[in-house]
Amino acid sequence: MRIGSTKNIKKRKKIFRTIRSIILWFVAVVYVIPIVFTICNSFMSETEITSNYGRVFGSLAGKGGYVSNTVHLKFIPDFVSFKQYYTVLIASPDYLLKFWNSVILVVPIVVFQVVVALLAAYGFTRYRGRIREMIFFAYIILMLMPYQVTLVPNYLVSDKLGLLDTYSSIWLPGIFSPFGVFILTKSMRRIPSGIIEAARVDGAGEWRIFATITTPLIKGTIASVVILVFIDYWNMVEQPLIMLTDQDMHPLSVFLSKINEGEIGLAFAVATVYMIPTLLTFAYGEDYLVEGISYQGGLKG
Amino acid sequence: MAGKEKVIESKSTKRIKKKSLLFIGPSFLGVCIFFIAPMIVVMGYSMMDNPIRKNFVFLDNFRATLANRAFRLALSNTAKFSALSVPLVVILSLLVAMVLENIPGRMKIRSFLLTPMMVPIASVILIWQVLFNYNGVVNEAAARLNLAEVDWLKSDKALIVIVLLFVWKNLGYNMILFMAAIANIPAQLMDAARLDGGNEFQIFFKIKIRYLASSILFVTILSIINSFKVFREIYLLTGDYPFDSLYILQTYMNNMFRSLDYQKLSSAAILMSLIMIVLVALLFIAENYVGRDLEE
Repeated sequence: MRIGSTKNIKKRKKIFRTIRSIILWFVAVVYVIPIVFTICNSFMSETEITSNYGRVFGSLAGKGGYVSNTVHLKFIPDFVSFKQYYTVLIASPDYLLKFWNSVILVVPIVVFQVVVALLAAYGFTRYRGRIREMIFFAYIILMLMPYQVTLVPNYLVSDKLGLLDTYSSIWLPGIFSPFGVFILTKSMRRIPSGIIEAARVDGAGEWRIFATITTPLIKGTIASVVILVFIDYWNMVEQPLIMLTDQDMHPLSVFLSKINEGEIGLAFAVATVYMIPTLLTFAYGEDYLVEGISYQGGLKG
Repeated sequence: MAGKEKVIESKSTKRIKKKSLLFIGPSFLGVCIFFIAPMIVVMGYSMMDNPIRKNFVFLDNFRATLANRAFRLALSNTAKFSALSVPLVVILSLLVAMVLENIPGRMKIRSFLLTPMMVPIASVILIWQVLFNYNGVVNEAAARLNLAEVDWLKSDKALIVIVLLFVWKNLGYNMILFMAAIANIPAQLMDAARLDGGNEFQIFFKIKIRYLASSILFVTILSIINSFKVFREIYLLTGDYPFDSLYILQTYMNNMFRSLDYQKLSSAAILMSLIMIVLVALLFIAENYVGRDLEE
């Protein structure tokens, strides 16, 4: 009897598992629809977009052309057209310029935040006194603050130093943002202290231990930080709105919301182009991303 | 033990202490210049009547801010948004993390649920407009079903759209945190319960939920903190002056920058930091509770 019942339970479990799996796959597919939709629509011609969504983006109506009475949420274009991409990438340099602004803004922040944070992480790992723990605590609070709060002090300093309307007003607070320090310290503190001690006994100096032992040991976490910092700043909206009055300097993330009003056909292609770096990062770095998130699951080192 | 080490190695410890300061130096200097020092100035501003006259007025600016209608609207909207979005995202992500256990293809599903976190909001805002515009897809479906059409982005319902967007973007992040917590539940405990004839529901409520209680608390507070960061979504979807129901604290701050009223700006910033510090303190308490819970 007992064996029979376990068999039953196993069967029931299997059915249950299949149902769970179907529901989850459904959710997963719904989840990526907005992304797939954007990519698919970037291959539609201007006329098709106008006819499908003309009613949504009213500004198009004045431009003439057929506008359907109802909205059509369409995934597969009637004709696959690369015209939008031609415009975005070749004919009209405005978009590429904004894309380039994004690159110029983000890359230095990612690189130098990691360098500064690696050094600090080593310092926080090597010695843990009360004052240092307090500083580390201040870093955590800063890290969790919304941009609207930290931008107030950032703005004051940039104003005093005459950095407003230059990229430095975004670069410098970004480079010294405590986020990288937090994750890298947590990771470095997990290195068994025996390894570091052994190197020291062998006569290695602090600089040498840092460069040849601890840093290589947390390569994976460094990758996580690079990815997390990159997606955060690639997505930036708050800082340029406040620091840069010159719209020509704005990154594509801010500029995109302004195209929406005008050339909607192009907007899908621009949106797709802007997504590509993050999707590629995700494709190659998903495990690092997951590791990075897990490090945020606790605050103490 | 630590004391003994200190006595034996006090000399070299001192050297390490000094040297490690050099490593922290660049970061600490930068943080001081760009965050801490100006934050002190901001605190000063928040208690003065005017940046030029500099009369000390202590709490007057805070009183004025708290009495300000725009600030109150923003505060109550932010509270509403958090109250709606946080329970939703925490429950859903916990549910997904639990259902994901031992499912074939779970890693693929995990990737799908994480993608919204990766893509820039600006890139996907278009489809949200196509869906929720007055002439958009949702209303059209509603019309076909003979339901009333709603002006989603320009009515009280706008908050719901942002809640959806928030859940869509943050579910994956919380799910990862919960998956890690679930992986830490000792398997023997559940096996033992099963052998004793406990059914899945009992196991769920008596073991899993109890083990996860502290992580749930932690993720909830973290989600509240993240709900205070929603701005991009609203700005990109509706611009500088969103409908009243979307006018949140972050919008208030953003617009204060326009007028550069240092008193309003700094007192609002200080008030917001106070709220954040309370939340972070709660987070630490929650974490201590996590640690103790797992050791026992």
